[in-house]
Amino acid sequence: MSALAFADPTFESQAAFRRIMRALSAPGTILACGEALAPPPPLARAAAATLLTLADFETPLWIAPSFPAAIGDYLAFHTGAPRAAAPDKAVFALVDLSADGLDLARFALGTAEYPDRSTTIVVQTASLDAGPRLRLTGPGVRGEARLAVASLPADFAAQWAEIRAGFPLGVDLVFAADARLAALPRSTAIIEGAR
Amino acid sequence: MYVAVKGGERAIANAHALLANKRRGDRSVVEIETRQIEEQLSLAVDRVMSEASLYDREIAALAIKQARGDLIEAIFLARAYRTTLPRFGFAEPLDTKAMALARRVSATFKDLPGGQVLGPTFDYTHRLIDFALGEACDPPPPATAPADAAPAAPRVVDIIAGDDLIERNPQGEYDAPIADVTRDPTEFPASRDARLQTLARGDEGFLLGLGYSTQRGYGRNHPFVGEIRFGEIEVEMVVPELGLAVPLGVIAVTECQMVNQFKGGDGEPARFTRGYGLVFGQSERKAMSMALVDRALRADELAEEKIGPAQDEEFVLSHCDNVQATGFVEHLKLPHYVDFQAELALLRELRREAGAPPPDAEAAE
Amino acid sequence: MSARPYNFAYLDEQTKRMIRRAILKAIAVPGYQVPFASREMPMPYGWGTGGVQVTAAIIGPDDVLKVIDQGADDTTNAVSIRAFFAKTADVATTTDTTEATIIQTRHRVPETPLTGDQILVYQVPIPEPLRFLEPRESETRTMHALAEYGVMHVKLYEDIARHGHIATTYAYPARVAGRYIMDPSPIPKFDNPKLDDCPALQLFGAGREKRIYAIPPFTRVVSLDFEDYPFERTKFDAVCEFCGATDSFLDEVVTDDKGGRMFVCSDTDYCEKRRAANKKDAAE
Repeated sequence: MSALAFADPTFESQAAFRRIMRALSAPGTILACGEALAPPPPLARAAAATLLTLADFETPLWIAPSFPAAIGDYLAFHTGAPRAAAPDKAVFALVDLSADGLDLARFALGTAEYPDRSTTIVVQTASLDAGPRLRLTGPGVRGEARLAVASLPADFAAQWAEIRAGFPLGVDLVFAADARLAALPRSTAIIEGAR
Repeated sequence: MYVAVKGGERAIANAHALLANKRRGDRSVVEIETRQIEEQLSLAVDRVMSEASLYDREIAALAIKQARGDLIEAIFLARAYRTTLPRFGFAEPLDTKAMALARRVSATFKDLPGGQVLGPTFDYTHRLIDFALGEACDPPPPATAPADAAPAAPRVVDIIAGDDLIERNPQGEYDAPIADVTRDPTEFPASRDARLQTLARGDEGFLLGLGYSTQRGYGRNHPFVGEIRFGEIEVEMVVPELGLAVPLGVIAVTECQMVNQFKGGDGEPARFTRGYGLVFGQSERKAMSMALVDRALRADELAEEKIGPAQDEEFVLSHCDNVQATGFVEHLKLPHYVDFQAELALLRELRREAGAPPPDAEAAE
Repeated sequence: MSARPYNFAYLDEQTKRMIRRAILKAIAVPGYQVPFASREMPMPYGWGTGGVQVTAAIIGPDDVLKVIDQGADDTTNAVSIRAFFAKTADVATTTDTTEATIIQTRHRVPETPLTGDQILVYQVPIPEPLRFLEPRESETRTMHALAEYGVMHVKLYEDIARHGHIATTYAYPARVAGRYIMDPSPIPKFDNPKLDDCPALQLFGAGREKRIYAIPPFTRVVSLDFEDYPFERTKFDAVCEFCGATDSFLDEVVTDDKGGRMFVCSDTDYCEKRRAANKKDAAE
């Protein structure tokens, strides 16, 4: 059975949260998420699961222009999250790499006193197998980890390095490809950019 | 003896049984009913409602019974219950002008529209133990005024404001977000709504002491009781679907408006300043203390020198909550033997290095 | 299901979401104290309300929970918290460190090394490592923002000047991932080395102070020290009376009023396992 939203929100959101938490604690690790969901296209199942799990009336959501209005309606109905007026006002953002590109500096990076007041970006991608392979290091990574994200902008590593220079300010990324996800918290360093 | 710490589960169950038994007391004495607490210990009920931020007389009375009369414990019970309640929205601001007054006194004007109404008060009672109360008693019914005789009683501060002699209340925007200190962590400096909420649920004794300290010079602010009013008032909430305010019920509140030290200069004409207190039920002590401390906490805003603890926002707001305070003070009775052991080890090492005699030598002396 | 008078793991879903969001930020910024809208819990502040809220936000029906206080599973507050989750979340509980998927702790890190499949949840009374040097939140927040930690070193150095030692024996400050200085909660400094490069996720919850912070797995955690006064782990002259362990944190038990003392493992599970193994060895 597949469904638009969680059939049992308590347990399914708990299970999804643990995977998201694991993904952020182990950057580069790919985990299944949202397998039982059938959100309206083109929303990826793992992206839907992440937002259904974490967003609500307290978290303004910014949705990139490539998504049809139906996705906005769907997320508003199932999460209650208000739409953020601009990316830098968003607690969560939804972006499709193949259609929207990714400009990290447009989002909320937090403040020196409150670095947590930043945007968590759910980045939808076609695949977590193809594309440039990033070499990752930092908290959560034993030695070095690798992550491939399809359609990542060519300057992604440079953007990431620039944002990271301002750590603890920054954004955290959750990559979603169909029913799989991986994460890139701001604490992670990219050793080497796209090949 | 190491085994003594085992079996925690049974020890806890036994302790709970002992507590329940102790609460009931001598079973030949009639068990107290929560209705009796509601009716006859009503000021205790009022305090629990105020400091639990929950207007529910039945729950407060039940909490007092369950807590064996320990009011801080009862406040804690009522708060833990409150947390589990759904939240529907925000009520409309109370219009205390429209209050059905049971009591109203002003220390600033001898007489005024609406008059001074003493109402039910301990003031002017002689504090002599009334031995007659040791038995059941049935006091004669009080005199009542004709039902239609209640004259309009405008707020004293509004009268003073009519002559432009007191600062205006800052006008907030109607749709501005409202703080909820039970849901959001406090930031400093706190907004006035967050501060007043924190004070309203703050410990009566703590605020009383702080208010008192301002009178004794630790941040004096020359207070006059403009007015204390106690009575009942209707609470309304706007239902967006209906587009109008619907009444939710009637609550009793005590409001204190302090008229304080005047300010002026720099082209501004001199005006009195304000301190505000509002609590559930009847508690003038708490409402007055709150108003004194609210005024003291405006030191920065009014460019006053801060010399007393009552003027220190972070100090006052971080420590006035009795449920937090009692939890953290009382947690000291939880086991700390790991940390204590770490300290012991260091202390022994320091003493050894300093050439202090070993314990055996001391014991032998 | 609908007959349950409270939600799974007590907290309502909105509260869990709010806590989960705070946890994710805490993981992303290791050692930074994320403010969260701590709720009033049906247990006193200072008695583990932060740890309980974190555990309630992460726990699921497949988890196996272990709760320890002072290293022991059978201390009264540990018993009480374990019973709370057994009742409200109906989860399996254990005293075996290796069996647990979530371990909630007060004041100790288990002796048995943790794995990547485990989460350690600490109960934290005062999350701010600078609090005893600067009582004002407004000040300490700025100090963290600027990574201005000089006062901490000054304090530790004053100890050395006075006592010849750093006189902090528990809640020993550490720097996480080269940035934030954190309070590891009042664990003895004996446990500090276990925080470094630990495979398990470590979450810290302070309910009364409304803060959550985290150490992700495999993160560098360095206890503060000086080149000429390096951090030293507490060493015991004694061995455990019950299992003979020489590598564990020992509790001192007073056996009489004539100066009689014995030392036993603070970690009861570790001690019991060793005793069982000793018995087996003896039988073979």
